[in-house]
Amino acid sequence: MRRTMPLLLYSLLCAALVFGADTGLLNAYVQLVIMYVGINIILSSSLNLINGYMGEFSVGHAGFMAVGAYVTSILNVRLFTDSSLFGPGLLGGSSALYLFPVTLLVGGVSAALVGLLVAVPSFRTRGDYLAIITLAVNYIVKSSIENIQFIGGARGFMGMRNVVDAMTGVVNMPWVLIWILVFAGLTVWVLQRLVTSTYGKGIIAIRDDEIASEIMSVDTRHMKLVAFMLSSGMAGVAGGLFAHILGYINPGTFTIMKSTEILVMVYLGGMGSLSGSVLAAIGFTVILEVFRPLQMAKWVVIPLLLILLMLFRPEGIMGHRELTDVFPRLRRLLGSQERRP
Amino acid sequence: MSLLEIREVTHYFGGLRAVYNLNVTLEGGELMGLIGPNGAGKTTVFNLVSGFYTPTEGEIFFLGRNISGLKPHQVTALGMARTFQNIRLWNSLTVFENLCLSQHHQLGYGLLGSVLRPRSFTENERRVRRTSEQLLEILGLAHYADELPKNLPYGMQRRVEIGRALALQPRLLLLDEPAAGMNPSEVDQLIELVRWIREEFKLTVWLIEHQMRVVMNLCEIIKVLDFGETIAEGAPREVQQNPRVVQAYLGDEEVSYA
Repeated sequence: MRRTMPLLLYSLLCAALVFGADTGLLNAYVQLVIMYVGINIILSSSLNLINGYMGEFSVGHAGFMAVGAYVTSILNVRLFTDSSLFGPGLLGGSSALYLFPVTLLVGGVSAALVGLLVAVPSFRTRGDYLAIITLAVNYIVKSSIENIQFIGGARGFMGMRNVVDAMTGVVNMPWVLIWILVFAGLTVWVLQRLVTSTYGKGIIAIRDDEIASEIMSVDTRHMKLVAFMLSSGMAGVAGGLFAHILGYINPGTFTIMKSTEILVMVYLGGMGSLSGSVLAAIGFTVILEVFRPLQMAKWVVIPLLLILLMLFRPEGIMGHRELTDVFPRLRRLLGSQERRP
Repeated sequence: MSLLEIREVTHYFGGLRAVYNLNVTLEGGELMGLIGPNGAGKTTVFNLVSGFYTPTEGEIFFLGRNISGLKPHQVTALGMARTFQNIRLWNSLTVFENLCLSQHHQLGYGLLGSVLRPRSFTENERRVRRTSEQLLEILGLAHYADELPKNLPYGMQRRVEIGRALALQPRLLLLDEPAAGMNPSEVDQLIELVRWIREEFKLTVWLIEHQMRVVMNLCEIIKVLDFGETIAEGAPREVQQNPRVVQAYLGDEEVSYA
């Protein structure tokens, strides 16, 4: 019973949100913010695996997001819609309904494979040098997409609106919102289970002392592969979902600016704290929206907040702790943290 | 088949010859000491044996298997554990988690297992936890289980590190200066501890040590290194009186007056 409590609560929340969106209780703008929150939760918690739990400094998360966004979008447009680019859809629009999560996962897997570009160098380098490699990978991805004219190059790629329409045409539900909620929950669930298992703590061991880990039985290469590929794969899924919110993507979206935004959320929430990443993703997205009337000045105010945070609370909101550590009562309620026998 | 056999191992760091023509055989059950002045290459020998370096020349056999060129975690999985000169515990994980984590190679599940958590996962985790708990109990560390290692007194940290090494159920235990930085009473406890774990776990122990009290009290055989070369080997008494050892430690007579 207690095991299923978090799942139950999350399902209730999702059901409420979907119901609100479906009946129009939540207007399109609020829905949009909720969708961005969900995507940011995936992005920040997956980056936290690298920057927080493993102690490396990745600044190229947006690159993996781009891979997922493009792969999923191209697949969806090719398979489910008639487009001027690819001609008639291969499978017909109605199959989009159940194949959408599959193409999302394909996008995730592609991003995970691109993640190898960082994972393999991480065997030999770390710290600042690895950070530069992640930056380079971000640029490689962005520039590659810009130079593939077939998929629009720098002009971007569109047509995902038709995919969404094809889905709502069969069953009229806010499908993108639903899948964002599902994958955000899934991401946090997978990461939470990973980092609380002895296996996943091998990733934390690398952060604490890589040499000791290697000599005391942790296969560090294996753990690095797992961490980098899982993290970039999740970013890829987030990218695929992101592409379907507005129905249009261009390479300019996935620059170092986007990566920085994700980094900010991770540091805001606290390194090595999943609940911190979730809270920060919610908080940061909402703050961005609240400050929207400030227009460009928002990019002065928000970094200023960050400076203040780093001065007075450098470990982030949660800082290596989870919500259950701050409020032990939650643990009894959720039963999420396993105690020793 | 001997437990560990080092055959004519030589190791260079660039142009520096750190270890030269080293031969060691441990049949199993010994308590051997490795001593020598600072910079003699003692820790390098341990790093070679535990797979952290690959020897420039020569071969190392562990349980009859050539381990030169294997990765450290692969060597560990064969049944060799070590501690470090400067304590290297995982400081953001509790003492208990430290002991669990050094069983990483024998967890019996991977990424999928940790996420989906089938019954075998629970059983494996329980086994790992039980091993760690039993060790903490017999090492007298049970009430430190949920502490972070960095908050423990120095002697206790050493003990945790030995516990972590034992958690991976080794046949051979390498201790790199286990008594470094300890006060005399902690040293006495350590001597007792090493003696006891060797009996209890039927281990072969090879240790590097500077404190003569530890070496002379504990070791049955001693190997003395100087500039990477073996200059003496034998029972503690013999080694103590060996003129080359005295010379290596105290220098030549003329030099000492200069």
